[in-house]
Amino acid sequence: MAEVEGRRPRLKRKALYSRKVKRAAQLLFYRRHLKPGVKGWELRKSLGSDYPRVVKILDSYLEKLDLQVKTVFEEEKAPEKPTLADLDRARFYVTLREGLASRESKLMGWRIDDIAGLAIAISYVISKKGRAPREEVEELLRSKLPGWRVDMNLGRYIRYGYLGEDEGGQLYLDWRTRAEVDQETLINLLLGTETSAQGQRENEPE
Amino acid sequence: MSQRKRKKLGRERLERVIDLCKSVEEKSLDPFIVDIDDIIAVVKEYFPEWELPEELCLDAEAIQQLSSVIKLQSDWVKHRSTSLYTDPFLLEEKIRRLSGEELANLFVKAWNPIIEMEQISPHSLAQAMKYWESLLPLDVRWAKTSFLKREVGAATREELIKQRIFAEKAFSEELEAFWEELKQRVGKEGKIRYWDFIGADDYLETVRRAYMTSFLVTYGYATLEIYRLEEEIFVLPFEKPEPLVGKKGVMSVPIAIGVEEWRKWKEGVRG
Repeated sequence: MAEVEGRRPRLKRKALYSRKVKRAAQLLFYRRHLKPGVKGWELRKSLGSDYPRVVKILDSYLEKLDLQVKTVFEEEKAPEKPTLADLDRARFYVTLREGLASRESKLMGWRIDDIAGLAIAISYVISKKGRAPREEVEELLRSKLPGWRVDMNLGRYIRYGYLGEDEGGQLYLDWRTRAEVDQETLINLLLGTETSAQGQRENEPE
Repeated sequence: MSQRKRKKLGRERLERVIDLCKSVEEKSLDPFIVDIDDIIAVVKEYFPEWELPEELCLDAEAIQQLSSVIKLQSDWVKHRSTSLYTDPFLLEEKIRRLSGEELANLFVKAWNPIIEMEQISPHSLAQAMKYWESLLPLDVRWAKTSFLKREVGAATREELIKQRIFAEKAFSEELEAFWEELKQRVGKEGKIRYWDFIGADDYLETVRRAYMTSFLVTYGYATLEIYRLEEEIFVLPFEKPEPLVGKKGVMSVPIAIGVEEWRKWKEGVRG
């Protein structure tokens, strides 16, 4: 009897967290504003001050589906030990955990050369310390894409939030790149592929 | 060289320094093209010549622009020490060599797109239906906004005051009086909670006070201190009006003054 009574509060807590996880999933999956994602303070308002724990539980559920809750902090560099105030200001999204296999990426409604253009623009801006003149990016894109597509594509990358453009015509990485793209992996992949290609050439018999 | 000519030359050199620093900052040029020591020597050389406020301002502007370039140089060094640093020329070369397909295949390995759902729910459909039912037909709504034919006549000033078209006092006088009241109510802290200032026994009066407060802020008689996380807003009066015209970073702050908020505030005051 005592054991049964002891279980009750635990069951209550479990039911409470189960409700909170469901609510968190709804908040994160359905868009409530112009931009996707939810701010930390919105989660706090809806789920209570233990929302980081609720998000963690949801994240472990989503792991089985190869999804994750991604936290994007206001500062460009994520704090090592984020405080509750850092989390309140951060934005939370649900993203793929492991990324897409190339074949599936075609289903995202993008043409392969549009994705290539995006890769070029993002990696060039990263290499220029996060800010690059639009003309330079346009010139680089023009080497692989027809001129009429360059302007259209850049406009699209800006509209979607991958890139931003300031008054001086400088392009920078915007919120969607910070949420969706693993910048370090991208640069390593770009440099790595080239190195292996060079390696192959070096190993070729003369 | 006469002192006048020397001053002219000094001004030109400082202007060139400012232009160079500005173009480095605005066009993302390599900040190391600016020789800091050389520029500091120029600034030092001409500093004893400056007497007029405009000349001293020019000198200060040159120093300020120079400090921006030094910050850019420092950022550049910091970025080079991170794992994200890649020589842009090297990367450009690599991008040019890869085909579009190769690039796209590489990109998707580093791309984790945001997942979103789009679905209408029975609840939202029911809400929308309810709204539709309560919506009047267009011709009825438009008929309501049409003009009513009225006889033309003259109105007295008292009548206009009664209809709240004219205020009893001139608006500027009323605003100044309101500003004085704010200054008296802030106490030692120099600020007062927004709701404590605008709140009144009557809801209409509360709205009027909120309206007047918005003018105090817009015309630079006061400012707002906003703590978003704590959801607290304070009003801080200025000793002298500080017009916002031409100031950078000015933004609008929407504040809801609903009946519910007013009731909550009133209950809170009563304890």
